[in-house]
Amino acid sequence: MSSERTREPAPPVNVWVPVVALGWLIPGGGHFFLKRYGRAGLLAFAITGMYLFGLMMRGYLFQPLRGPDLLSTLMNYGGFVGNICAGLLYLLTVWLGYSQPEVPGHVHDYGAKFLVTAGLLNILAIVDAYEIAAGRKS
Amino acid sequence: MPKVSLTHFEAALLFAFFTSIVFGVVTKTSDRDRLHYGIYCFVWFLVALFGLGWLMYFGHR
Repeated sequence: MSSERTREPAPPVNVWVPVVALGWLIPGGGHFFLKRYGRAGLLAFAITGMYLFGLMMRGYLFQPLRGPDLLSTLMNYGGFVGNICAGLLYLLTVWLGYSQPEVPGHVHDYGAKFLVTAGLLNILAIVDAYEIAAGRKS
Repeated sequence: MPKVSLTHFEAALLFAFFTSIVFGVVTKTSDRDRLHYGIYCFVWFLVALFGLGWLMYFGHR
């Protein structure tokens, strides 16, 4: 018995690019663009809330730096990608001069994780918006 | 920007709250399922939080 998997065609670029770009820039923006206002509001609340708490806990923003070993380098680059995925929140934070050195303490540590996780949650929101734009989800 | 100082428990609770909302919204297809899944995730976060807390407590005795 052979299982045949059909690949769904990718949606046109002009359909998904604005959704993904807006979703990256503003958490929940992709859903808002697609007129899913309730979901957009919830995503904006959760992702922005997590990011703001990360800032209020004085979390560390990762820099794309090489560390003394491979694990440190991976953590720096991975954390940086997570931070960037928060979109405008990250850009504003950097532009407004937020600078928090990495210091010991559980509050700062949670703060750094909140900042990275906000970006990672935004990736989930972007993927969801893309699937809606592509017609694979309602 | 005000500075907040949370305990481990408060920070983990807040993390679970925000994460469960996003999981609920992006995972399911109907509003009812989203609400149920969000609550389900939150409860499992709490279970893991208390479970790991007790594990560390007994691990340090």
